[in-house]
Amino acid sequence: MLEVKNLEVVYNDVILVLRGVSLTVPDGSIVALLGANGAGKTTLLRALSGLLDIHDGEITKGEIHLAGTPIHHADAPKIVEAGLGQVLEGRRVFGEFTVEENLRVGGHTRKGGLNEAIEEVYELFPVLKERRKNTAGYLSGGEQQMLAMGRALVAQPKILLLDEPSLGLAPRIVAQIKDIIAQINERGTTVLLVEQNATMALSIADHGYVMEHGKIVMDKPAAELLEDEDIRDFYLGRGEAATSYRNIKHYKRRKRWLS
Amino acid sequence: MTTFFQAVLDGFAQGSIYALLALGFVMIYKATLVISFAQPALMVCGGLFAHHASRVWDIPFWPSLAIAVLCGAVLGMVVERLALRPMVGKPVFTLAIITIGVDIALRVLANRYMGADPRGVTYPNGGRRYEFLGLSISHQRLGLIAVTIVTVIALALFFRYAKTGLAMRATALSQETALAQGIRVGTMFALAWAIAGGLAAIAGTFVAATGAGIEQNTWIIALKALPAIIIGGLDSIPGAVVGGILVGLIESLTAVFQPDVAPWLGNNFALVAPYALMFLILLVKPYGLFGTKEVERV
Repeated sequence: MLEVKNLEVVYNDVILVLRGVSLTVPDGSIVALLGANGAGKTTLLRALSGLLDIHDGEITKGEIHLAGTPIHHADAPKIVEAGLGQVLEGRRVFGEFTVEENLRVGGHTRKGGLNEAIEEVYELFPVLKERRKNTAGYLSGGEQQMLAMGRALVAQPKILLLDEPSLGLAPRIVAQIKDIIAQINERGTTVLLVEQNATMALSIADHGYVMEHGKIVMDKPAAELLEDEDIRDFYLGRGEAATSYRNIKHYKRRKRWLS
Repeated sequence: MTTFFQAVLDGFAQGSIYALLALGFVMIYKATLVISFAQPALMVCGGLFAHHASRVWDIPFWPSLAIAVLCGAVLGMVVERLALRPMVGKPVFTLAIITIGVDIALRVLANRYMGADPRGVTYPNGGRRYEFLGLSISHQRLGLIAVTIVTVIALALFFRYAKTGLAMRATALSQETALAQGIRVGTMFALAWAIAGGLAAIAGTFVAATGAGIEQNTWIIALKALPAIIIGGLDSIPGAVVGGILVGLIESLTAVFQPDVAPWLGNNFALVAPYALMFLILLVKPYGLFGTKEVERV
């Protein structure tokens, strides 16, 4: 179980980005984290995986516990060893490496052989096995996303953080990625899914959090979020029934959350 | 014809020194994107470590070489830890300037140690030369070529198959992504400097063992590694080797043939020749012979 309590993050000593974020990711679940650009989703993930440091960010308050162990003061390698894996936004595969080398780097923290773990990844992503000797930088976007996910899985994390896995992918590939996330979860990995594509995220998640301006403004079971009026208005789109914004005054367009 | 092959052989041996030094440059550049101007000082210090082990402690050549490599590696790590680690995240230009400072500081210390006398290293069968097909090569230079070949192969295998080698390459490509895989980036930087220091120590030891030994101005030899890495491509390990050898060859061939073939170029053109070659290659291949442009999908 991953528990975040009252987390506050400051960049460059002055910019307060997260203001008291709390959330819980129970073991074995998929939790979706939604929010507009700049809401602080990626910052939250960086705080979880210990990558704030290189962005000149700092946790100034609050705690993060992974399976009961505090990890808010640990560095990135320690956190990976503790069983938290992250797939960075924008895939970030090692472009000049082959597919297999990418996967081997993913298992850096594991002692002993990696072949078994890599074989498991190939089972999940057969296309990667076909392209194991190819240069990763020349794979398609969807394949690169799969490679980035596979690379994180080689470390066999207890919990996997996915930062916008649907970014820039065609709808059909997004559906494929969605199925794979569900499959990863079925195999026993807890997933924290950050997404702009709320429909996709909520359709597989158990629970959803909505972030805005560095705060959690709403948290409900995914099914309820899908039905929520405001969420439908702001994140899902309503097709025919959508309000026409032309007739609404500008100041009304932005939702102010009561929190 | 014999003159030609003799020049090639000599150039190859001299090029091995440049190749070892160039490999050190590339190692640091790949890991940290810093061009380290501390390489000359590391070479001189490495040579002096070997000298101390060989002449003061009376240790045979090969163990002396091992001691020099070890001390060179430690020195590289100390430089990284004290001078460069505190500056992580600062512009690489600043870091490059710092390495110039490190170079000067280390050389002052080295000069203080060696004083006015050249410092050599005792080599087994030092004076012997091998003769074949009319060519002749000294025992030291043969050893140098052999050691260079073994080192290059070992490094290539390390970067291709070893977990740590792979992690170092990953760090060079993207520090954040490497961190997210659980790689200790700081350790990788230290390792890059250790390898560079060790390579410079091998070069320094052989400089001390062949020719006149290490003197106050021997460090200038190491500057030849600069055209070598630019010819080969800043970020390419095979490029560093090929570049180093090419610089050695061009220098030796010009020294032998230019006075007869093109006397109008003046005396000592051999010193300039590597830079002329660098200029020509940059005109045709701006990234160097083996330098990689970014892998990019179009």
